[in-house]
Amino acid sequence: MTTVIDVQHLTKQYKDKTALDDVSLTIEKDTIYGLLGRNGAGKTTLMSILTAQNFATSGQAHLFGEAPYENADVLSRICFVRESQRYPDDATATHAFKAARLFFRNWDQELADRLIDDFQLPMKTTIKKLSRGQLSAVGVIIGLASRAEITFFDEPYLGLDAVARQIFYDRLLQDYAEHPRTIILSSHLIDEVASLIEKVIVIDNGRILLHEDTDALRGRASTVIGDAAKIEAWADGREVLHRESLGRVASVTVLGHLSDADRAAIAAADLDLAPVSLQQLIVRLTQNAAHPESTTSTMAGEAR
Amino acid sequence: MIDEGRPLFIQIAETIEESILDGSLAEEAQAPSTNELAAFYRINPATAAKGVAVLTDKGVLIKRRGIGMFVAAGARGILLAERRTSFAEKFIDPLIAEARTLGLDDDDLTALLRERSARFEGAENAASTEGNHP
Repeated sequence: MTTVIDVQHLTKQYKDKTALDDVSLTIEKDTIYGLLGRNGAGKTTLMSILTAQNFATSGQAHLFGEAPYENADVLSRICFVRESQRYPDDATATHAFKAARLFFRNWDQELADRLIDDFQLPMKTTIKKLSRGQLSAVGVIIGLASRAEITFFDEPYLGLDAVARQIFYDRLLQDYAEHPRTIILSSHLIDEVASLIEKVIVIDNGRILLHEDTDALRGRASTVIGDAAKIEAWADGREVLHRESLGRVASVTVLGHLSDADRAAIAAADLDLAPVSLQQLIVRLTQNAAHPESTTSTMAGEAR
Repeated sequence: MIDEGRPLFIQIAETIEESILDGSLAEEAQAPSTNELAAFYRINPATAAKGVAVLTDKGVLIKRRGIGMFVAAGARGILLAERRTSFAEKFIDPLIAEARTLGLDDDDLTALLRERSARFEGAENAASTEGNHP
């Protein structure tokens, strides 16, 4: 595997907040990554530094083996679709695409035209007057049609309805299949992107919490539901991510793959087994990282 | 069709196996390409490729350079043999173990199997007759 991004001990310190805390990671070529984490976890800061739009306090980031700052070659090979991209007041989408066409060497106008049609984007209205969803569509179109070797999408779906998001996911997969490249997709809609992303990076409080193959995470955790006493007996000695109870019924989410024997024991004890989605797993892992002692909640507690 | 709890590539391999076993994907017919699978199931092409690789490793699918992926001649046989083995391990082995603890020898077991099998078929016929005359 070829590494296209190499990050070593990257730290970003703002006045009173550490946005990135000694982050090291490598990104492989032609792979779709999901960069996941809560608001303020450091996703945008990381992508801004990698695209030379922000400076690190310490540590290094290399793209294609080079530092990105004022490096025209590196910058023309990457594309960063920001969640809050600013455009000149009188610019229309036509202007934005013309500029992108000049800048990105792999720009595909035919693809851009098809996407404009897909998203039914008005081309003569100034970008300022576009809706939130249409503004997101402008970014998505630039991100896809630029065919940059590394494309960063920072929550590209804001304001897009379910149909438009599906168009984005479908076109992304389709174009990626024909023109493989590295895609880094930051998203809160984890279950929506779970089957698109080959690798997952979870960032929490400026640190990398998880960096794994998405498929390896499937089946990593399971939820068992049933009689509280039986559940406690079964979960004894296992790594419990989450507990809930309502009267005599309890549910525990445990980490670790279940063996056939485990499944048989669950069935024999008359307990129910439910899969844990990637989103639930990541929510639980991030919660545990933040409050390792409070894995227990009751329904009454959550209702408050 | 996607089940959250298990690796996607295994599920992709299984759906192709099912199509071969039920005959909807014939031997020596062209199999769906990685990109077609990715587009159809809306999954990452690398994941689809991993699923296809499981089947090429087993000799169920064959890659013909420049043309695409094909179902191997004898693919059904390979899959049936595999299912037969896993059936034996999953059901027959525990059956024999339990029979031994009950003191049933192989003849007892065979007789019991025949008896239950006859009742099973009888019940199934009754069910299908019922279905025909509601």
